[in-house]
Amino acid sequence: MNRFILFLTALGFSSQSIADEHNIWRQIREGIGGYSAVTGQESNILIQASGSQWLYIRNELIAGTGAWLLALTVLALAGFFLIRGRVKLTEPRSGERIERWSRSERWLHFYTASLFILLAITGLSLLYGRSILIPWLGHDGFSRFADIAKIIHNYTGPLFTVGLVMMGMIWFQDNLFNKTDLTWFKQFGGLIGDKHPSAGRMNAGEKAWFWLLMIAGVLVSITGMNLDFPNLDQYRLIMQISHIIHSVSAFLLIIGALGHIYIGTIGTEGALQGMITGKVDKTWARQHHDLWYQQHENLTVQKNLSESKKNISTEQNNSGTQI
Amino acid sequence: MARMKFLCDDERCIECNACITACKNEHEVPWGVNRRRVVTIDDGQQGETSISVACMHCSDAPCAQVCPVDCFYTTEDGVVLHDKDLCIGCGYCFYACPFGAPQFPQDGAFGNRGKMDKCTYCAGGPEEDNSEAEFEKYGRNRLAEGKLPLCAEMCSTKALLAGDGDIISKLFSERVVKRQLSQEQQDPESRQVKLWGWKTAYKD
Repeated sequence: MNRFILFLTALGFSSQSIADEHNIWRQIREGIGGYSAVTGQESNILIQASGSQWLYIRNELIAGTGAWLLALTVLALAGFFLIRGRVKLTEPRSGERIERWSRSERWLHFYTASLFILLAITGLSLLYGRSILIPWLGHDGFSRFADIAKIIHNYTGPLFTVGLVMMGMIWFQDNLFNKTDLTWFKQFGGLIGDKHPSAGRMNAGEKAWFWLLMIAGVLVSITGMNLDFPNLDQYRLIMQISHIIHSVSAFLLIIGALGHIYIGTIGTEGALQGMITGKVDKTWARQHHDLWYQQHENLTVQKNLSESKKNISTEQNNSGTQI
Repeated sequence: MARMKFLCDDERCIECNACITACKNEHEVPWGVNRRRVVTIDDGQQGETSISVACMHCSDAPCAQVCPVDCFYTTEDGVVLHDKDLCIGCGYCFYACPFGAPQFPQDGAFGNRGKMDKCTYCAGGPEEDNSEAEFEKYGRNRLAEGKLPLCAEMCSTKALLAGDGDIISKLFSERVVKRQLSQEQQDPESRQVKLWGWKTAYKD
């Protein structure tokens, strides 16, 4: 914690005049700049003050806390699965299916999801590879893997951002919070207990995941784009702060994604089918997204009505001409 | 075993930049990479201070702690070296290093970093001593020939010292004492105490 405060105070020291010759070494230690005939990135600074703080934050706080958070998330999900089990359909399937995700929505989902998994694996291996993969692959093997992983990570990052922005645009309207979400949260979305709280097209859990994805995803994208271009001669402090924000938000996204993948696959009966085929059973829709189902049914009824009206009128017209 | 260190006497450094030129020439360092540099604090003002800085071959090197591929190692002489075959050019050592020692040539599109290059204390790399491969990647291996780093060897004012840390720090402390004594001889009334840390200790 002390070191973290030091890191923040280090931001303050940049341009102090030298008052006393005897203080010169102290000021150099605090990161004072001078003149250097050698041109280069911050070549006029003898000692950068924030390096050791960044090292501590990366190696201890981020790597340490991150590992615990990931382990606890996996354990919590496994424990939840063992205790609560799969959320099953309470009534038998009706056999009738309605469209939940359009073709483009599904493509966008799996495009972004596969890039996310690729980025998560390559990113985590840069953080934990030294302690986990080197004993397994050896120094040479891991270096070759990390070399490719770094390139994949740097190049697919911007492609992920494209998917993220498109997701934000097409699902923004569906993910605005409203009153039903409050009761949904109060009843833990039906995960605990046997209640089935009401939900529209997106339930409150999906909305929370959407907004986490948007906020942390935008942070990851901005900082990632900055880290992608080290040739722009950014200050080391900017890169260190970018790296910290990038890893923290990436961990939030990975933890969120683990929960999302659990709920979307083995956690809920019939959910994955919806994202793969685009269609869900009417029983599933009624159980998990009753408000959306009602809306859908009303629309179909109206559509049928107007169509049958049209049919009737055309029939009349037809019969009229016949006469 | 000796623990090799650099020491720069800021009272003597005249910012001639010859250490940089010698280093570049000896190791045929690529364009844009600077293994050593001289920084002048308060340039052009009274009491300006110049210091030559490169990799300081830390005992507990931050670069070695942060490296994702673990490419750093410390030799028996306490010199911090790295394996360019393992380096992936992530730049983390540059963010962690207090002295800005790690340097990167640009390699590929979008500012992608190439293999890191830094001061080797004229001790080459993991390749066979004085082999062509070693010279290509890391420059000359003077230590294997029984010579000290060239920057310090050719320093005209002997401001930059290189060698066993115990020996060069003793050398430096002798210099400081001598400086103080000679000043007192010239002007016995002098209250201008030059000994480092004097003011901190005695609030003079």
